[in-house]
Amino acid sequence: MMYDWLNNLIGSPILAMFIVSLLPLFIFILPFALLAVLAERKVSAHMQDRLGPMRVGYHGILQTVADIIKLLQKEDLVATATDKTLFNFAPLLVFIGSYAAFAVIPFSGFFIGSKIDLGIIFIVGVTGLVVAGILMAGWASNNKYSLLGAMRSAAQIISYEIPTLLIILTVIMLTGTLSLYDLSELQTAYFWNWLILGGPAIGIEKILLIPLMIMGCLIIYTSTLAEVNRTPFDIPEAESELVSGYHTEYSGMKFAMFFLAEYANMFAVSAIVSVIFFGGYQSPFGYLGNTLGLPWLIPIEQFFWFTAKGLFFVFVQMWLRWTLPRFRVDQLMAFCWKYLIPISFVILLLVGLITLI
Amino acid sequence: MALKTEEMVLNMGPQHPSTHGVLRLELQLEGEIIIDVIPHIGYLHRCFEKHAEAMTYPQVIPYTDRMDYLASMYNEFGYALAMERLMKIEIPERVEYIRVIMGELQRIASHLVALGTYGADIGAFTPFLFCFRDRERILHLFEITCGARLLYNYIWIGGVSHDLHPDFIRLTREFIKDFRPNLKELNDLLSYNRIFIERTANVGVLPLDTAINYGVTGPNLRASGMKWDLRKDDPYSVYHKFDYEIPVGSGEKGKTGDCWDRYFIRVREMEESIKIIEQAIETIPDGDVSSAIPKRIKPPEGQIYTRVENPRGELGYFIISDGSVNPARVKVRAPSFVTMQVLPELCKGFMVADVVAILGSIDIVLGEIDR
Repeated sequence: MMYDWLNNLIGSPILAMFIVSLLPLFIFILPFALLAVLAERKVSAHMQDRLGPMRVGYHGILQTVADIIKLLQKEDLVATATDKTLFNFAPLLVFIGSYAAFAVIPFSGFFIGSKIDLGIIFIVGVTGLVVAGILMAGWASNNKYSLLGAMRSAAQIISYEIPTLLIILTVIMLTGTLSLYDLSELQTAYFWNWLILGGPAIGIEKILLIPLMIMGCLIIYTSTLAEVNRTPFDIPEAESELVSGYHTEYSGMKFAMFFLAEYANMFAVSAIVSVIFFGGYQSPFGYLGNTLGLPWLIPIEQFFWFTAKGLFFVFVQMWLRWTLPRFRVDQLMAFCWKYLIPISFVILLLVGLITLI
Repeated sequence: MALKTEEMVLNMGPQHPSTHGVLRLELQLEGEIIIDVIPHIGYLHRCFEKHAEAMTYPQVIPYTDRMDYLASMYNEFGYALAMERLMKIEIPERVEYIRVIMGELQRIASHLVALGTYGADIGAFTPFLFCFRDRERILHLFEITCGARLLYNYIWIGGVSHDLHPDFIRLTREFIKDFRPNLKELNDLLSYNRIFIERTANVGVLPLDTAINYGVTGPNLRASGMKWDLRKDDPYSVYHKFDYEIPVGSGEKGKTGDCWDRYFIRVREMEESIKIIEQAIETIPDGDVSSAIPKRIKPPEGQIYTRVENPRGELGYFIISDGSVNPARVKVRAPSFVTMQVLPELCKGFMVADVVAILGSIDIVLGEIDR
């Protein structure tokens, strides 16, 4: 939609494509990462009776900008014993993986990179690239801590993709669509149409679905936390054990790439959770644009709601990070394989039965 | 054809975020499982014992500060006590009370660091700052008393360097009033956190006989189930006048003597220390804060071994005097040094992440190990 509109406006399909593909980066990911890093520091600071950054700008607002300038100026350090090709390629791959996911995320009914029918599968697929990038980084660094971190990370992400996929499968079964746009459109109008409250189903079916959907939502949120390596699942980076895991050897802009990818990923998974269970860009109370008769207002409102939902989940991630200790690697695996996966299967089965009746 | 395999050797430290200073651990790993741990020490060696021989007796006190830099007051306390016993001098009652108050405040401060960093080791960073916030107030109390926050040179032979600040009693009361709820908050946030218990219970179990064989003392020994505290068992100063308990590990969440027990014993010890401080500031007598001792301290020829219950265990001073102004020998029995030797025993068979948990739970201070 965005692409068609730009194509008509500019008259050049190539240029329009180019702009559409860069838009998420410049109007969303970069500002988001800037703000999220600052927010993370401020949130943690206020949870811990501190002030956080206060020096650069009013209450440290420009702190992240200063940090990025510092990172840009840093020497591009590459240790002697590293595998240079892989070492240089790994941060890019990680970033590509998390960036590509934004192509199909529906920020609003209008602002969406691509409306392909396989939206969810595409996201799951491209975020899989991140694993390869992390393993690459860990291996190429030629550092034992990095290697341990990368191995843990790969095992963790792959394991936690299973419950995520199972819950996604449940939702697909229920709604019959793989497209994130269609999924959002299904949950239109009011918040009781959100999938966490049973979606557009009515009557007894809805009541039966609600507990299952809430559990599914908790499972998917937990496993996406693990997929983006956030506490309590930040084992790959486990500062107190592995120094900083797979990116120990990275500095300067390459480190910043990992950092940016982490924050982009945080938002991407929050976006997935909000699209699947919380109506995506749909407003919970109907639109002001409809009431006022201003149709152009609706996409803006949708963008606002989507961002608000996404940011809320990002905030919960930060909240958890500064509250909970960290699991041990075997406990993490046991948690996934012994609890999350069986429960997901049960949910899949029950939802299947409910859709049959 | 069998592939050639070998164990991975991982050097942990001396520059590592959770080796608590400059300890270097050589870990032999099978995947992530620990096969053996070899601690390497000496990165912080400052020849304290040899230095002491070139100093006069009072000049040794600032050096004792720098051994266990998280419990400086108690190091001075032990040294002053040993010297007073060697010289057979009586000290004023008020001095004894001040020393006990300072010692117990120091115990709380030291345990706060231990618990806070332990939380950070396990991955919970917030309790760390909560603990340091409370420790800050204790350091402030020390600062108004003697001007220093970490290395005090406060407890001198025969007395203390300054009397208490006029505000000291009031500020201590306020601190205690605020500290009790904070301790509860720490328990809610960390001690009874499900993930924290999963990480620490049944990990690094130290059986009582192993602990005794290795000579482990202090909270680590008590966590293994032995009621052994020098404040009760070999009383010194005015500890016999106060009413307090000696907490003992009971294996509440797992086996007796696991990491969680060692952690929680410190929380409970802080509560007992508060009780002692409360009683001491209510009953502290007036009087002089230094006894009449000569400017040049020349103890009679002889030797003495004195031990005190430092936050980390039994801190012993063995002092030999040849009758001159310099000690002939000052030997220190450092609790951390003894405790650290049990580390390989505890770690075998656990995972890399557990090494961090175990190392944090035995609460060693490298300044004291290397001296």
